[in-house]
Amino acid sequence: MTALVTLPVLLPLLAAALSLMLTRFATIQRLLGLIVLLLIVLDAAWLLQVVDSEGPVVVQLGGHAAPFGITMIADRLAALLLLVSAVVTLSVLLFSIGQRITDYGRDTSSTAFHPMYLVLCSGVSLAYVSGDLFNLFVAFEIMLAASYVLITRRTTASRIRAGMTYVIVSLAASLLFITMIALVYAATGTVNLADLADKMGALPDGIQLGLSLLMLVVFGIKAAMVPLHFWLPDSYPTAPAPITAVFAGLLTKVGVYAMIRTQTLVFDHMESWTVLLVLGSLTMIVGALGAIAQDDINRLLSFLLVSHIGFMLFGLALFNELGMTGAILYVVHHIIVQASLFLACGLVTRHTGTVSVNGMSGVAKAYPLIAVLFALPALSLAGIPPFSGFIAKIALFQAGVQEATPIAYVATGAAILTSLLTLYAVGRVWVVSFWGEPSTPHPDPDPTDELIVGTRVTSRSMTTATGGLVAAGLLIIFVAGPLSGISERAATDLLDPSSYREVVLGDSAIAGGGE
Amino acid sequence: MKANPESDPQPNSESNSEFNLHEEMWNDWDVPRDQLLAGEYAGGVWKRSLLLESAARIVFPTVLVFSIYLLIAGHYDAGGGFSGGLVAGLAFVVRYVAGGRGELATILRIRPLVVVGMGLTIAVVVALAPLLVGGEVLATTTFDVPLPVIGDVKIATSLGLDLGVYLLIVGVVLDLLRTLGAGIELQAPGDRTSKREGA
Repeated sequence: MTALVTLPVLLPLLAAALSLMLTRFATIQRLLGLIVLLLIVLDAAWLLQVVDSEGPVVVQLGGHAAPFGITMIADRLAALLLLVSAVVTLSVLLFSIGQRITDYGRDTSSTAFHPMYLVLCSGVSLAYVSGDLFNLFVAFEIMLAASYVLITRRTTASRIRAGMTYVIVSLAASLLFITMIALVYAATGTVNLADLADKMGALPDGIQLGLSLLMLVVFGIKAAMVPLHFWLPDSYPTAPAPITAVFAGLLTKVGVYAMIRTQTLVFDHMESWTVLLVLGSLTMIVGALGAIAQDDINRLLSFLLVSHIGFMLFGLALFNELGMTGAILYVVHHIIVQASLFLACGLVTRHTGTVSVNGMSGVAKAYPLIAVLFALPALSLAGIPPFSGFIAKIALFQAGVQEATPIAYVATGAAILTSLLTLYAVGRVWVVSFWGEPSTPHPDPDPTDELIVGTRVTSRSMTTATGGLVAAGLLIIFVAGPLSGISERAATDLLDPSSYREVVLGDSAIAGGGE
Repeated sequence: MKANPESDPQPNSESNSEFNLHEEMWNDWDVPRDQLLAGEYAGGVWKRSLLLESAARIVFPTVLVFSIYLLIAGHYDAGGGFSGGLVAGLAFVVRYVAGGRGELATILRIRPLVVVGMGLTIAVVVALAPLLVGGEVLATTTFDVPLPVIGDVKIATSLGLDLGVYLLIVGVVLDLLRTLGAGIELQAPGDRTSKREGA
């Protein structure tokens, strides 16, 4: 049973290794990736079922006991996100294989893409299941190293410039991260999250607050929290659509996950956290206003991504069960919706040849299927009932009102305002680009690079992948009951981490807790 | 990875490329094999140094053996797959620094990325193997292997993981030499060497 936790990390690594050796056999390489990611989807679904009925599954790697060995643990939150991420990575891989076959033919393969993409998947899985802070750092590094390659692969000078921003900011964040781990270790003598939970409480309040803020900054950079979001709208939109989709869908959410995990497990926040509430509200408003000002549709979506990170921060900052439930629901909803929006945009730009909202028109008339694939996630993002965004948002609004402090009311107001601004932003895209008479496609500004637009060719697998992801987003509506049940139980686990500690540390947790 | 230059065919210079294979063998059988020094064909962008090139060739096998020692000793002493791999990589770096990419091409027939892939495969398979016998991932056991002359040797299964890491590091170093060394050298002005690399 414990293999369920480790396989999502090791299988993609194995597949990456094999695809490095099989660069000459394009078809095998593609099948390998698809099969492995499909296996992970099944694995994660099974894991979620097991974890939900029997409690967290823990693996002590190599059998070395907890505070000293490496712990991997899947609780409800980790298993749920593992499942959602696996669905997204599988769809994006299908999309990108379809795109490659359409553009370059069936026989050419890429040396870097498949191995690096699978390494990225492995890093994402590891981030969810790692039970100690250093391993979390390793997971981030695996993920980032792969993403550096993916974002700057086969590219032009202007995109390298944008990629540089991404690389430098990420490296700076990693530097802060490792410094933070060193400080935590110096203060407590452990990096195991469960053990930290015991020992952090013994430290003076000032040190606790300092470490907590440092973690907030580190993961805030990864999650693109305002004012640490500046790098995101510059770098993400420059990559090809599938890469942007997986980055936007997953990488920022892994940052949010790390934030949720560390702030609930390691630190003991009893009531809502004003700093994070303010930052969350700022993130929502700044992102939404930024989105309205954009003409480039990918940049617009990137700003919306930033803005909606704010919702998750808002849910986390309340530190009550309803808020946490809302945050988890929001992460699940947003991973799928943001990824499908970027994929749909990839389809749109392939037909129109431009990313400028004002430069295209009549997409709905010319390509009704693509228009639907864009409209459904866009409405969901804005929170129109009955889509998944509505379910997640209503949980957050309720949580904010339930908290009933002035700052919580302000944050709730900001969230409602942001939903309206989001609706305005995507509505403007719809009116300007999708309505009206179809325009002639613009030629590809740079036909040599990886970013191929305006060919008017999309293969069936690209549409299927996008459609599948949109359908997964719609599925949330129908499983909303069980999903919010799981999210609620996950939130309860998060707010009362004693079961997490016990399952990792065994009986020593009770003995050590009294110090 | 072959370290012996004896098996290398003499690369064609322009004058004898018109000979067919049979004639070439007939003409070349007594040409000295470049055991200690690359022949004239191996020109690089920089000036060659007799001392450096032959020293690199003499040192090369010793460093490789030392890297394997580090790999095996790693379980109980200082060393391990990572440091062993780095030392082995340095052996290739020395050869490259001495002779340029022509020199590297004579010792290397395998693409660096394949070495990386092999290393990673071995490491992951070793990590997963305990699952088959009902253990945890990455669990290790030790075997006593009686060897003649040396006596009983304890071999931990984690040696397999170390071997994987070793290959991975060697592959990464080789790939760095290929992309940042030979790749740049190819574009450098004044390089008249034949373009033999298929990578």
